[in-house]
Amino acid sequence: MTEIRVPEMGLVVLVGVTGSGKSHFARSHFKPTQVVSSDHCRGVVSDDENDQSASGDAFDLLHYIVGKRLRRGLLTVVDATNVQSRSREALLRIAKEHDVMSVAIVLDVPESLAAERNAVRPERNLPPHVIPRQRRELRRGMRDLARQFRRHHVLTGADEIDAATIVYEKAWNDKRELTGPFDVIGDVHGCRAELEDLLTRLGYEIERDAQGRAVGADHPGGRTAVFVGDLVDRGPDSPGVLRLVMGMVGAGDALCVSGNHEAKLVRALRGRKVRVGHGLEKSLEQFAAEDDDFRGGALNFMAGLISHYVLDDGRLVVAHAGLKEEYHGRASGRVRSFALYGDTTGETDEYGLPVRYPWARDYRGKAMVVYGHTPIPEAEWVNNTICLDTGAVFGGKLTALRYPERELVSVPARQVWYEPTRPLEAPAASSAGAHRENDVLNIGDVLGEQGVETRLMGRVAVREENARAALEVMSRFAVDPRWLVYLPPTMAPAATSPLPGHLEHPAEALAAYRDKGITRVVCEEKHMGSRAVAVVCRDAAVAAERFGMPDGTTGAVYTRTGRSFFRDPSRTAEVLDRLRAAIGAAGLWDELDTGWLVIDGELLPWSAKAMDLIRTQYAAAGAAARAALPMASEVLARASERGLDLGGLREHIGRRAVNASLFRDAYARYCWTVDGLTGLRFAPFQILAGEGRSWADARDHEWHMAVAGRLAESDTSDLVQRTEFMTVDLGSPQSEAAVTEWWEKLTAAGGEGMVVKPLGPLPDEVKIQPGLKCRGPEYLRIIYGPDYTEPENLDRLRRRSLGRKRSLAMREHALGAEALARLAAGEPMWRVHQAVFAVLALESEPVDPRL
Amino acid sequence: MRHFNIVRHTWGVLLTITTTLDQATDLGFLLHKHPDRVQRFEQSHGTAHVFYPDADERRCTAALLLDVDPIELVRTRGRGTPDFSLGQYVNDRPYAASSLLASAMSNVFRTAMRGRCDARPELAQTPIPLEIALPALPCKGGPGQAERFFAPLGWDVSAVPVPLDPEFGEWGDSRYVTLKLTGTLRLADALNQMYVLLPVLDDAKHYWMAPDEVDKLIRAGEGWLAAHPDRGAITRRYLANRRGLVRSALGRLADAEDAPEEELDPVQVEEEPAPVEDGEDQTPKDQPVSLAEHRLQAVVRALHDENAQRVIDLGCGTGKLLARLLKDGFFTEISGTDVSHRALSHAWRRLHWDDGPRRGDGRVRDVFQGALTYADDRFAGYEAAVLMEVVEHIDPPRLGAVERVVFGHAAPRVVIVTTPNAEHNVRYEGLAPGAMRHPDHRFEWTRAEFRAWADRVAAAHGYRVRHVPVGDDDPEVGAPTQMGVFTR
Repeated sequence: MTEIRVPEMGLVVLVGVTGSGKSHFARSHFKPTQVVSSDHCRGVVSDDENDQSASGDAFDLLHYIVGKRLRRGLLTVVDATNVQSRSREALLRIAKEHDVMSVAIVLDVPESLAAERNAVRPERNLPPHVIPRQRRELRRGMRDLARQFRRHHVLTGADEIDAATIVYEKAWNDKRELTGPFDVIGDVHGCRAELEDLLTRLGYEIERDAQGRAVGADHPGGRTAVFVGDLVDRGPDSPGVLRLVMGMVGAGDALCVSGNHEAKLVRALRGRKVRVGHGLEKSLEQFAAEDDDFRGGALNFMAGLISHYVLDDGRLVVAHAGLKEEYHGRASGRVRSFALYGDTTGETDEYGLPVRYPWARDYRGKAMVVYGHTPIPEAEWVNNTICLDTGAVFGGKLTALRYPERELVSVPARQVWYEPTRPLEAPAASSAGAHRENDVLNIGDVLGEQGVETRLMGRVAVREENARAALEVMSRFAVDPRWLVYLPPTMAPAATSPLPGHLEHPAEALAAYRDKGITRVVCEEKHMGSRAVAVVCRDAAVAAERFGMPDGTTGAVYTRTGRSFFRDPSRTAEVLDRLRAAIGAAGLWDELDTGWLVIDGELLPWSAKAMDLIRTQYAAAGAAARAALPMASEVLARASERGLDLGGLREHIGRRAVNASLFRDAYARYCWTVDGLTGLRFAPFQILAGEGRSWADARDHEWHMAVAGRLAESDTSDLVQRTEFMTVDLGSPQSEAAVTEWWEKLTAAGGEGMVVKPLGPLPDEVKIQPGLKCRGPEYLRIIYGPDYTEPENLDRLRRRSLGRKRSLAMREHALGAEALARLAAGEPMWRVHQAVFAVLALESEPVDPRL
Repeated sequence: MRHFNIVRHTWGVLLTITTTLDQATDLGFLLHKHPDRVQRFEQSHGTAHVFYPDADERRCTAALLLDVDPIELVRTRGRGTPDFSLGQYVNDRPYAASSLLASAMSNVFRTAMRGRCDARPELAQTPIPLEIALPALPCKGGPGQAERFFAPLGWDVSAVPVPLDPEFGEWGDSRYVTLKLTGTLRLADALNQMYVLLPVLDDAKHYWMAPDEVDKLIRAGEGWLAAHPDRGAITRRYLANRRGLVRSALGRLADAEDAPEEELDPVQVEEEPAPVEDGEDQTPKDQPVSLAEHRLQAVVRALHDENAQRVIDLGCGTGKLLARLLKDGFFTEISGTDVSHRALSHAWRRLHWDDGPRRGDGRVRDVFQGALTYADDRFAGYEAAVLMEVVEHIDPPRLGAVERVVFGHAAPRVVIVTTPNAEHNVRYEGLAPGAMRHPDHRFEWTRAEFRAWADRVAAAHGYRVRHVPVGDDDPEVGAPTQMGVFTR
């Protein structure tokens, strides 16, 4: 019985004359979707599987399918005769393009058997010379097979073919089953003492031999060390480092990928001609002092190192010089070269060192990529990738990344062991998880139909026309994307109230939550101003480090569409100063263990931002009414004096005059003069996020109200305004009556109304609106027009439909929460921007804006 | 709150017509409305009432009171749209009071406007003493504009601005005036003038465009419009402001902010009068060449000099440069991108992008929406990229991203950047000191500032840069436009 080993991901090429049983073989060993057959492709392009004139198109199609499958990392079996070397070359090229292994399986049957099989398939109509010719070609091409394929199997005769079994082989780099936790360790370069220091810091217990040499290390917590390569050269004790790491790898306490220095040392030790330099001379010296046993063992160890590992179910990739996403889990010369040497542009810099293409800046992959190779002063996150080579051998430090914790641990070098060829690159700032623009956003991050994957709702789709509208607004008017970490979602109103004189009333909002099984809600006063999101950093250093803002700004205050709230940057700075002082006085920096906060709130007065709108719309309407209605009343009065029957028109116009005056009062309430910051108020109602935490997700609204209250109390500048609130027990009629009375009082005094938000655990299976607004009757006059309260108007307005608004509110809420989660988790900026951008895009969906 | 636009005022729709003719009540015959009756005329968006507050031999006043139903207004217009609420929204703005009034007039006084009166045929053809009053007329341009439009027609005009809100004196005047016209005119003429000029003064965006709109204007303007000194402005405003019903998603975003819609796409203030658009060299020889034309020529010349035949215009706007490149057979591949969808739709039209075989032998590769702050593979693969009057529209903190996208990612062999020379601004009359040439400019550089930026960018990305003045090179303040030609 022949066992055929096949890579889990790769290309399997079946080879055999017509009638050799390839299709049968493929059917019995592989899934139908894994097999791409030339006969089938011929059928697809010509409606006739035997139409040889369609072969050209059929093979184009076959190659296309093979390419697509390999790009997606799927095992693909080609069922075609493939007897000619040339036809196999075409397939091998595709495999190579996708950096996967190829295996050939030759089915060699006697001509008579093949002819017999073809005879029972008259539709084939095969001329008699075909099979002999194919066999000749097969024979002739046999010797090419060994050259063409890493591995090939020849199954001779029907019995051997029938008895063969397929065994799947994992790729060497595939360690997805290892879930860690890991400690990924940067370039050691012979710094044995520092490595021992670091391992000890990480909690490993070092094991020593009789001479006291470190020969292993084990973590009592079951952690595994992963070395990014470059263990050797330059430093004082490369053999000592190897002894320790080999011991750890041998005992299963560590994994190690190859660095370029190992690769070169292997060649040197094997006696190949290499240019000795870059610290290789040190290793060679040190190895000369070791015994043959060690040298042999070390050589085998280094030669056997593979170039990258895929760990933790594909979530972590370790390679010496990093690895772009297309190469994860792949195997080819260029994958190895990338992993060892990086993506070089072929040019060299002023120090004669290769110029490296900054692949990490374009990285958009899901897996975290951890690497070394390029010494930098501080380990820095770039799009979910991090370089750990902090130049220990050059007197920097030796750094490890704790995974999945994403914590960096380092120990300083004991001395400068080797002078660097060029100075370490200037510090670019930053600790773990900075939200900074490492390069630029890519248009693909925001345009296209892919939507955004959210924790709350799964994939939220973004229509292309909406994304395009958002692109314009975002790129022309929005604040810097580094500051634009969140956009507030829209909120739906409660169901329409049947009460006379009302469109909205607390009863419906409370009932909506009660019906969904919620027992408590918080009702928050709704301020009538303009929504404002404030990003506040404790100081410019935090802004530079966490948000990559080098220009000394310490935050941003922006509107619901991402525009800076104030045109004048110094005004923004003043508001931030006051907020910062309030946050400090409230002790929130320490309590929330963060150097920055994102706060959602309302900026008052309305007229501060909306003056243009008030002038051109609201006040203008009031002015027209004031000018026209008295004159209308006057002409009606004269007509009435003439004895004309006006049929209620006078009274009707009289009521409109009253309504117009109420309308004017409604908007005027939200207007007051602001002089500098005097008169300006910011009413926070949610602490959205800080370092490492999406507070919007982690805490309930009672907590947010309490913290917002503390901010107001701590503020001495008259900027921060309190938001009144009440919690309501939905099971208690008294509680409901109390909040209704509160709402009535609030709205009678001209308040906009309130927002109702659920408290306590939310049921998983039903959709719950994150909040429902419940606006007061006089406020709604601004929205629905002066005369909306006339009974006949109200009846018609009650037929408003809320479905779209509700759906939009849910989706935008999920996107907003996603942006905050990504921000707090230190995900790359493009990931945060993607969710924020989607909120803006959804805002351009057509929904009745009065809701 | 979420901002959006509400229905324009719906109360002030009152018009009174008074005559002091002997036998003043003959006004009833002329209007075909009996002075002792109160009549209602149902309109699609409310009710028009006609009645006479005064009716005696010496003085007779007819009042047209339009009681607009704002809710019916938004609801009835929703028909035929896929979503009811969308219909409500899309139509919540367009119905300016003046248009409604004009529409009601043409319904209610149709016969009178034609000058027909079987009972008093001679009177209908005779100028009579008239007073027309509108308590709240939306009047763009203020009282002066009303004066300008009505006075040449023989009216004695009184236009008093209406303050926005007496309790907020600092807000100033509203766009309304209380208008009173006194004069001796044929009634039909007076009515037709109202019919045309009320919407024109409002200058709001009207959407109830009918295909016969031009005919209507000609009919209503008979006998007075042709001789009006402002007939051009009147005609343009009457017709030009009528746009399609469907507003773009972009418009909705604009409304969500407080910014007026115009701000999204401010009209380009040309430094000098622009040449005749798309005209085949219709510019008379003696007319000075505009700066825009200088710029186009300078860019095209630089592209020739650098032998760059495949060009992408980054920030192509309405496609003026693209059209120019297309006329020049030297260029073999032409593309453009802009972030403004509105500008692009002009560019598409200009290049006939959507009608059949592509113009210019398929030399136009792509004209697409893109933003220079986002890396985009579609920007790459050209010999040259042009950023003509683009960088100054980018917020300074975002310039770094644009540099990396253009010089780092797309990295063509040639990059041409033009931008205003701020020093030259003192040469523009009417430009306040320190002001910029365009409301959307985020900055304007002096020559030294541009040089410093260009040198730094060139060094960082391996380019050389040469500087070229564009337009009349003033010995003191330099040329109005500065151009950097980057090559590598």
